[in-house]
Amino acid sequence: MVIVDARGLSCPEPVVMTRKAMMDKQAKYQVLVDNLASKENVTRYAQHQGYAVQVEETGGEYTLTLTKA
Amino acid sequence: METEVKLTKLASCAGCGAKVGAGTLARMLDGFETHYDPRLIVGYDKSDDASVYVITDEVALVQTTDFFPPIVDDPYLFGQIAAANALSDVYAMGGEPRTALNIMCLPESMDKHTVHEILRGGYAKAYEAGAIITGGHTIHGAEPIYGLAVAGFVHPDKVLTNSGARPGDVLLLTKPLGVGVITTAAKADLVEAPVLERIYRQMATLNKAARDVLVNYPVHSCTDVTGFALLGHSFEMAQGSGCTLHIRAHAVPFHPEALELARMGFIPAGAYRNREYAQAGVQVSGKVEQALEDLFYDPQTSGGLLAAVPEECAEECLQQLLAAGVEAARIGYVTEQQDAAVCLEE
Repeated sequence: MVIVDARGLSCPEPVVMTRKAMMDKQAKYQVLVDNLASKENVTRYAQHQGYAVQVEETGGEYTLTLTKA
Repeated sequence: METEVKLTKLASCAGCGAKVGAGTLARMLDGFETHYDPRLIVGYDKSDDASVYVITDEVALVQTTDFFPPIVDDPYLFGQIAAANALSDVYAMGGEPRTALNIMCLPESMDKHTVHEILRGGYAKAYEAGAIITGGHTIHGAEPIYGLAVAGFVHPDKVLTNSGARPGDVLLLTKPLGVGVITTAAKADLVEAPVLERIYRQMATLNKAARDVLVNYPVHSCTDVTGFALLGHSFEMAQGSGCTLHIRAHAVPFHPEALELARMGFIPAGAYRNREYAQAGVQVSGKVEQALEDLFYDPQTSGGLLAAVPEECAEECLQQLLAAGVEAARIGYVTEQQDAAVCLEE
């Protein structure tokens, strides 16, 4: 599974990185972010691309699992 | 739009998106001792656009300041936008700017030409507004900042506060929304040049023409829609006025490109801060797409005016705004206070 580590970055960087990674259209990705805006924005982007998003939060960091719906 | 320095690369967050959230700001300003002066008629509760101090029966002083890091790479344009944004608070109070002071912060490495261009932009807008820049203050710092402290005048009986809306009023909005979303997407090179040109022109446009029309009507309340976005500023107007503002989501003008970019998650962090601040007071009824709601929380750099106008003159006022070349629309209405401060309707 492709993992995109966008921790420490602010918008629009995490979305741009996710977008680039998702060019190869795999079934599953994981994106790591550490702020609310990035979590929301990556979620919106993934859903827009037809992926289901599952979010796990630990200590202010978010792990987003994107699965092709 | 190529310049020697990429100004926006020096900025950690762009334009009005850099504004501290309204909730945070209220907490920071809480509990200070202040003098009471009967001549200060706006300014105690800290949530209006500018303060207003009565000098004579016919003249009141309007004071405000606004500054931010670069939102565009062209220094002349940045200067114009920052100045238009700072001057806007005077127009939002129904006043006319008269004098202004430059507020500037520059990295030591910044070349003289860039600095000169930023200031030239500021002077150009001040001139257009009829205001004179009489000085200012410049310091060194890592991140460039530019803006103005502005003084203007208004007749004490004709002050437009953000707390005077009344049931039955019609809400008019000038300047389409979506500036924050589009400038965020522009950082990812996802916006076509003509679209950027359009929003740059809009941000550099003074709210003077809109103000000059509005003061001819018995407008009850007015504010400029900037960092706290349409819903944040509507929330403040509703709370200040003790009314409920109803906004018809599909009547609100926005740049069409912004909706798709919001769907793709190109939303500035400030929009989420605005949502956090205002959403407890906002009730959504009917079908409003999430991305559209996101646009209503989008911080607007040098945004337009939101005015509460009596129903009987609203249509004529709107027509006069349009005739003056102002992009304007009727976006909602005001009622007695209901459960929510703001109702966002389908």
